[in-house]
Amino acid sequence: MLKQRPFLIETLTAIGLIAAPFVLPHLGFAPNTVNRILVWGLFGLGFDILFGFTGLLSFGQSAFYGTGGFVAAYLLTRAGFGNVLGALIIGMIAAAATGYLIGLIALRRTGIYFAMITVAIAEVFFFVEFNPLSDFTGGENGLPGVPTPSFDLGFTSIHFTNGWSLYQFIALCYFIGVIIALRIVRSPVGAILSAIRDNPLRATAVGHNIHGYKLTAFVIAAAYAGFAGGLLGVLQAFMPPDAFTFDTSGQLVMQTAIGGRGTLFGPLVGATVWLFLQDFLQSALGLGAAWKLVLGVVFVLLVCFLRGGIIGGIADLYRLASGKRRRTEAETEAEDAGATQQPAPAPMQAKEVEHPAYSGPILKATGLTKRYGGLVANSDIDFSVNQGELRGIIGPNGAGKSTFFKMLTCEIAPTSGQIVFEGRDITGLKVTEVCQLGLTKSYQVNQLFTGLTVRQNLTIAALAELRGKFRLDLFRKLSSVKGLTEQVEHTLALVNLARRADTPVSELAYGEKRRLEIGLALATSPRLLLLDEPLAGMSPRERVETVKLLKSIARGRTMIIIDHDMDSLFELVERVTVLQEGRVLVSGTPEEIKTNTAVQEAYLGGVHGEIAA
Amino acid sequence: MISWPNLVSQLFNGLALGALLALISSGLTIIYGTLGVLNLAHGAMFMIGGYAGFVAYQYTESFIIAVIAGSLFVMLLGVAMERLIIRHFYHRPHEDQLLVTFGLGICFVELVRLIFSSQSQLVPPPALFQGITNLGFMFYPTYRLAVVGIVAVALGALFLVLYRTRLGMIVRAGIEDSVMVDSLGINVYRVFMIVFGIGAMAAGFAGIVNAPVVSLTPGIGDDILVQTFVVVVIGGVGSFPGAILGGLIAGEIISVTSMFNPGYAYVMLFAAMTLVLVVRPHGLLGVQGRE
Repeated sequence: MLKQRPFLIETLTAIGLIAAPFVLPHLGFAPNTVNRILVWGLFGLGFDILFGFTGLLSFGQSAFYGTGGFVAAYLLTRAGFGNVLGALIIGMIAAAATGYLIGLIALRRTGIYFAMITVAIAEVFFFVEFNPLSDFTGGENGLPGVPTPSFDLGFTSIHFTNGWSLYQFIALCYFIGVIIALRIVRSPVGAILSAIRDNPLRATAVGHNIHGYKLTAFVIAAAYAGFAGGLLGVLQAFMPPDAFTFDTSGQLVMQTAIGGRGTLFGPLVGATVWLFLQDFLQSALGLGAAWKLVLGVVFVLLVCFLRGGIIGGIADLYRLASGKRRRTEAETEAEDAGATQQPAPAPMQAKEVEHPAYSGPILKATGLTKRYGGLVANSDIDFSVNQGELRGIIGPNGAGKSTFFKMLTCEIAPTSGQIVFEGRDITGLKVTEVCQLGLTKSYQVNQLFTGLTVRQNLTIAALAELRGKFRLDLFRKLSSVKGLTEQVEHTLALVNLARRADTPVSELAYGEKRRLEIGLALATSPRLLLLDEPLAGMSPRERVETVKLLKSIARGRTMIIIDHDMDSLFELVERVTVLQEGRVLVSGTPEEIKTNTAVQEAYLGGVHGEIAA
Repeated sequence: MISWPNLVSQLFNGLALGALLALISSGLTIIYGTLGVLNLAHGAMFMIGGYAGFVAYQYTESFIIAVIAGSLFVMLLGVAMERLIIRHFYHRPHEDQLLVTFGLGICFVELVRLIFSSQSQLVPPPALFQGITNLGFMFYPTYRLAVVGIVAVALGALFLVLYRTRLGMIVRAGIEDSVMVDSLGINVYRVFMIVFGIGAMAAGFAGIVNAPVVSLTPGIGDDILVQTFVVVVIGGVGSFPGAILGGLIAGEIISVTSMFNPGYAYVMLFAAMTLVLVVRPHGLLGVQGRE
């Protein structure tokens, strides 16, 4: 919903903000209420980037709201600083800097740990504001006398005082906030943030430094919070100490969830509902203090039944009404899998070699061992693959094949041994760095970004190759990343998903997901590609297609393939390595392996009897 | 300002608070460990335990009955909450679980506020533990000493349930690997319900036992919840011994810091948490890969 015609959302926002003072008074909104809603909405823009887009639920945003607010208010009331806008910006920078430091600690952990740590942090800020810093913050009295902004334009001066006059200033701030947030969400960084929300493991594996991006989102949220906090002081002509309370964070979270997360405008809608209901329930219905109970119940019901909040619900209704469910595409899939007789696309270029002079084996592992306590998964494996080779790995279940792959891509660290990729020791590197060097793998169990479309999935992977593991191009358009469209289109054609490019992954058939899994690895342009059971779970017809696909991507790159389907594998590869009980049993050409008695023994005889399909 | 009797009495306060935190955190941590749900309404459970006990006390004037009624009521509330709402959230993302329990917590607090108003309510300590005890070198409120004993007994009972019963074995196995437990043919949903009830009861029990020490207000659980989080982060999520160790550490930090300046209690608590996160990211007694 955020990528439609250019500037459509910006224009609609501007129209809405201009129309508000003419429409809202008739609906019973006081100007002060509207201003408060906008401050919450601005606060929520940053929070939604953190929570809705990146998937990090923080209960500690009040810490940055309060920091920005009190820095700005202190400058304006006690330090004799005259420029309101300047003070707001300094407050924002202070909040962002605080966010950076706090983020370093809170982002050490994810999930519920992250939520718990942010709660604790917010509480610390509250107590610090009340006691040790009460000389600066006024303690429980807050800071009264925050001035409103005025601008001297030389020939005339504009002074925003209160009510609808102040609205103009706050609305302008909100509008700029929306434009910036939209740019961020539509930038490469925005795309990667939603990938992190969907599948952090894969986002790391395709070569993004997700810690850096999470910290970025955290700082952005803190900056928005800081500016909104400053505006609150301006709006009330008083900086209230309760900006720092846990309730502030809680209210923000609830408003965002009520309005709809991941929409940027959810917090604004949520704040409107919240403040309207508060007014309505308290005065019109005379519920008094019970209004919060009603809101709490509404909130719980929304979380239970309407996950997307109000905006999500409206979007669903709209889709239902316009009957735009893509039903037909799923049906065409069946024939799609078989009827793939288009000319094979040209093979895709692998990443350019950094040291073209290097001509030894592309990968060399020596003495690779992995122990889990007493269990030895891999034991003293020596393994070497030449440039351009197609290598197969087979072995009975539990032979340690997947563990071996995970060590090669540095997903897990070996207990001992060494891995050399293109003459460079990569033992102990991170999976992200190894992917950036040009070595990656496709997973045995699909690891896709299930909430995104096929094209978005491949975009995430291609971005890692085109932009490196971390880059802060927050205001760059996704479409202006050089070579991105070509690489995504090419990969789409290669894995035969061009017709399904804009389908959400959750609607793909299994075989298609499997091809996308390979496509994700491929879109990073690896020179060495590891494939962990690419044929697993496929129908015989799909297997034939996939083998064809693998042959076409093998041109110009080195591949190692694990699979149980020996007929397909032996047709595909030049050499086969057999693993058994964590050791290399034998290596050789497919012909040699077929006739090797030790291999037959491993598969058919003894206690490990397991016949491959 | 720092006198030895003062320090010792603060250490005792820390022990009492720490024991309470240990009990509440154990409830939170076994629920999270088994069900994978962080119950943000856990603080409200603590608060409701106090109020339910308060109501029972109003009718019976018996502290024992108040404790039993408070604990049982919260246990039933926990079971109902699990059956009616939490159960539908096992397969939804963590964020949704956090949101719904957070919302429920607010509903509970506001409901109590509606019924009992924001004014503080008092439950007197039982006659047996009223007054002050002479410890030889100082005088100390008898009931606070008793709290340490009562909570220690409760923790012991929880230990027996977790480590000496079939249910406890399933719970501990579930914390290690819930998929495996499920595939062994154990009805995990029934276990989940019981665990949620027991975890909630731990908080409710702590709530009524703590009621005579502080007066009851609807917001009493909020601070406790935050302290509980710090305890769990320090001790390690899903670890019962970790909750006890973390609770005692947190209790002592809060009490001893408060002696110098209460404003820094949370700062010190947070500093301790940060230190643990840097040195041992999975908590003092936690196990890697449980989040």
